[in-house]
Amino acid sequence: MAEPIIAVDHVSFAYEDGGPMAVRDVSLTIERGSFHAVLGQNGSGKSTLAKLINGLYIPTEGHVTVCGMDTQDDNNTWEIRRRAGMVFQNPDNQLVATIVREDVAFGLENIGVPTAEMPARIEKALKDVGMLKYADRAPHLLSGGQKQRVAIAGVLAMAPEAIIFDESTAMLDPQGRREVMQAVKRLNKEQGITVLWITHFMEEAVECDRAHVMYKGQIVLSGTPKEIFSDVSRIRPYRLDAPPMARLAEQLRAEGMPLKEGILTVDEMAEEVARLCK
Amino acid sequence: MALDNITLGQYYPADSVVHRMDPRVKIILLIAVIVAVFLAGNLLAFVPVIAFLIVVTKLSKVPVKMMLKGLKPLRLILILTFVLNLFFLQGETVLLDLGFAQIKQESLVLAVHYSLRLILLVLFSSLLTLTTPPITLTDGLERLLSPLRVIHFPAHEMAMMMSIALRFIPTLMEEADKIMKAQTARGADFESGNLIARAKAMVPLLVPLFVSAFRRAGDLAMAMEARCYHGGEGRTRLRVLKCEKRDFIACVLVALLIAIVILLGKIY
Repeated sequence: MAEPIIAVDHVSFAYEDGGPMAVRDVSLTIERGSFHAVLGQNGSGKSTLAKLINGLYIPTEGHVTVCGMDTQDDNNTWEIRRRAGMVFQNPDNQLVATIVREDVAFGLENIGVPTAEMPARIEKALKDVGMLKYADRAPHLLSGGQKQRVAIAGVLAMAPEAIIFDESTAMLDPQGRREVMQAVKRLNKEQGITVLWITHFMEEAVECDRAHVMYKGQIVLSGTPKEIFSDVSRIRPYRLDAPPMARLAEQLRAEGMPLKEGILTVDEMAEEVARLCK
Repeated sequence: MALDNITLGQYYPADSVVHRMDPRVKIILLIAVIVAVFLAGNLLAFVPVIAFLIVVTKLSKVPVKMMLKGLKPLRLILILTFVLNLFFLQGETVLLDLGFAQIKQESLVLAVHYSLRLILLVLFSSLLTLTTPPITLTDGLERLLSPLRVIHFPAHEMAMMMSIALRFIPTLMEEADKIMKAQTARGADFESGNLIARAKAMVPLLVPLFVSAFRRAGDLAMAMEARCYHGGEGRTRLRVLKCEKRDFIACVLVALLIAIVILLGKIY
């Protein structure tokens, strides 16, 4: 197993002293270069977990370690946030500047990157997410998916080792979701950036390395997407819907079609149906 | 509400020497020119100032019509200044006797003088805002005010606030438009009735707008922190302001202008 880049060790968190725990005794290890997904319905604590990882919240109990640095230590805060960047849900509420190029520069300015280095880093980051030709546009004239890709570029320019996506596709249309997903998958595969993908869209999790299901502040299921989704009845108590193809497979099986286990994507379904038709 | 053509401030995009000048220099020179306008002791001293205005306007490629638009909101004040000064200032040489009031030569000169001063102030200020994008202006202001950090003046924070405001104006406009349509669909009426009725009709628009603005502020603060924002300290900048030859030439020109204005005021 590769070395862990993010280690969450028996972490609990309450927004107020003595208040209800939003996250309860969660442990999680994410290896460098992997793609993990955290699934859960609204209020399951998945967003809180995301904010615990890059030091926006500090655990009430337990420890979060990013690249060997504990978030409890104030001296680590900025380095942790640089190495584990975060992209949020609302594309409008995370862009700061009036021009795309300057927004990407925002993080670089904050960490004190010399002016001479900035243009090259900005252009590379924008190119990596396919937004270079919009560098001089105003953010409010872009589509939701484009805005999110600019937000990713803003994080990417800071040369992070991991990026946490806190429901970054929740407010996008299907086209925007596809754009963002593709950009993220590419970053994970080509640049080896570790991804923690937080979502309530089950179908976005089918291609990840490992998925974790959160329910009422706890991780209740962990495993590969096949392990988690192949048995639709296992995730139902946590008020999650299985990916559409897993549900279809289950229904077809109930109708007597001998489909194999673990079908999650349209491609896999097509392949299996073709095999049966032979 | 036409949302596609929001002009922030009144920037007129063009490629000119005036547009390319350092915003800091432009701000300082505006103040210097305002001083020159106030130093002008007689009408003759206005001649070089007006000549300077014409030359700079020509150089800036800003259409004269755009410049004059800046005077429109002030037309009432201008007329009042002129008329009041014309009738109520003391003087000896009577030019025209209307029976109920007299127009005297001295008061006519002063009325023209005061009105001209006001017009010039407005035109020079519009020239600054027409040739400088708001964000650059903010940048220039931050840099100019940053020495005041010594007395704890929050120059960086002020500039950051300004630029966030500029960034969110179109977003909030869009949102206001959406809320307005949603409320109209439920039977709200924003257009008819007197002023008070219409002001009251704005409540169902403003309340959701404010609620959402607060939520946005919280989100944005979180996002800024996640991107390592921790105030102005140790921050580098993508854009560096640099004074170039044209800026020095402009400074010399304005210095000469002030000298000429003072001279003309003394001689005449």
